[in-house]
Amino acid sequence: MIEERFDAIVVGAGMAGNAAALTLAKRGLKVLQLERGEYSGSKNVQGAILYSDMLEKLVPDFREDAPLERHLIEQRFWMMDESSHTGLHYRSDEFNEERPNRYTIIRAQFDKWFSKKVREAGAVVLCETTVVELLQDAYGKVIGVRTDRKSGQVGADVVVLAEGVSGLLGTRAGLRKTPDKNNVALAVKEMHFLPQETLEARFNLRGDEGAVIEAVGTISEGMTGMGFIYTNKESISLGIGCLVADFEKTGQTPYGLLEKFKQHPSVAALIAGSEVKEYAAHLIPEGGFKAIPQLYGDGWVVVGDAAQLNNAVHREGSNLAMTSGRLAAEAIFQIKSRRDPMTKENLALYKKMLDESFVMKDLKKYRDMPDLLHIQAQNFFLTYPQLVSKAMTNFLRVDGTPKLEKEKTTFRSFLAARSLTGLVGDAVRLARAWR
Amino acid sequence: MSADAATRVEDKLYLNRYLVDAGRAHIKVRPHAKPSPQLLSLLNVCPAHCYEMNSAGQVEITTDGCVECGTCRIIAEPSGDIEWNYPRGGYGVLFKFG
Repeated sequence: MIEERFDAIVVGAGMAGNAAALTLAKRGLKVLQLERGEYSGSKNVQGAILYSDMLEKLVPDFREDAPLERHLIEQRFWMMDESSHTGLHYRSDEFNEERPNRYTIIRAQFDKWFSKKVREAGAVVLCETTVVELLQDAYGKVIGVRTDRKSGQVGADVVVLAEGVSGLLGTRAGLRKTPDKNNVALAVKEMHFLPQETLEARFNLRGDEGAVIEAVGTISEGMTGMGFIYTNKESISLGIGCLVADFEKTGQTPYGLLEKFKQHPSVAALIAGSEVKEYAAHLIPEGGFKAIPQLYGDGWVVVGDAAQLNNAVHREGSNLAMTSGRLAAEAIFQIKSRRDPMTKENLALYKKMLDESFVMKDLKKYRDMPDLLHIQAQNFFLTYPQLVSKAMTNFLRVDGTPKLEKEKTTFRSFLAARSLTGLVGDAVRLARAWR
Repeated sequence: MSADAATRVEDKLYLNRYLVDAGRAHIKVRPHAKPSPQLLSLLNVCPAHCYEMNSAGQVEITTDGCVECGTCRIIAEPSGDIEWNYPRGGYGVLFKFG
């Protein structure tokens, strides 16, 4: 028996859910948001980097009171072998601008702030409430949800599924499949606390400046994976993630990889003496464009990680989540304004808006990248990093060997490892997937 | 996996906040005589080391330290080896930073 009705129910209070609930409430719709954690953020895990542009579209003056850690002025990409890393660093004073483009954030704190904006806009936010089932009518139209609270059924014209990467509701109702183990990565992460001055000295930072390191190579033991080190105000978020299918195949332990990453000579000095205050794990959608499920139906839409909207190449997820949540809400508002029903046909507007946005355009651009990196994991994550390291040490070490001989040695080591066709093929495949 | 690594992950979990829903495990392992390859892989893959082998050679789960990542669901739900749910509202891991 359904006792109370809403225009829309948003399931989940992460980036996508908060963006959707905020937009719907601002547009004057009667919104109920349900979150299983004790507050928005208590179940959410991210690196985390926040992209200003996508948040500005939701909260234009967010810089005034959002809990931001550091604005990023430096990006380091590392290719690692057992004892070295070859880096590409980009640091620019132009990132020290009035309205910086990227910030590090701590999700539990940021989401609490975001959730406050949602409440202020007029949405009813109910935490500590797990939605256990989608309610559907005889024709399969979603008409509400059942929660684990007493008399926990609530009805709505439309349900926004912002239930995260391991969302159960949509999959149980048969609206989409559970992600395949080849399309999700498992990342583990620790929070390392250091005195602010120590952290700033180690990363060459002043004031609120921040730096980010993203690393691939032997740290993932031949699996498709990546390590990351993000600077917060007085802590470092450090973690590593690899494809779930690769973990299953290799029998590597996630915490074993994390410990090894921390002990790498390039990393150990950065975190020496830190106090670890939390250990978290989370899944990341990695399947890209080809893994995106049906995004809408009668009485429902799916947004954010639940919809696999993550750009693995650029390591962007939260901005796709925020944008998909906002666009779903805008579509719902438009349909509602026309007094039209929330049918599959009408909700196709959300997909149309998403197709026209950067979200789908970016994911489409890189549609072949996941397959390439997953199938050739050994080459891209093990062989090449080792070869590059060998080439660098050969280039830099002065030992009386004529330079021409050194170059030949380097070239021969590449040929021996991958063959000429292999090298050319990898280059062509990478270029094609990037195009 | 070495006993040493297992000890280390327990030290990590000790840093986290949890509200354990006593007597209501949110993940259940289907009773079995011999564990499937999927179940066996969870002994290593689970980042909170929730899965262990008992003396009878069966895989058991203790969900108290679960960080709710969903990895075991991806691997072992399709084969029917486990039944996976979220904890009741408010229970489970409570991230301070996330």
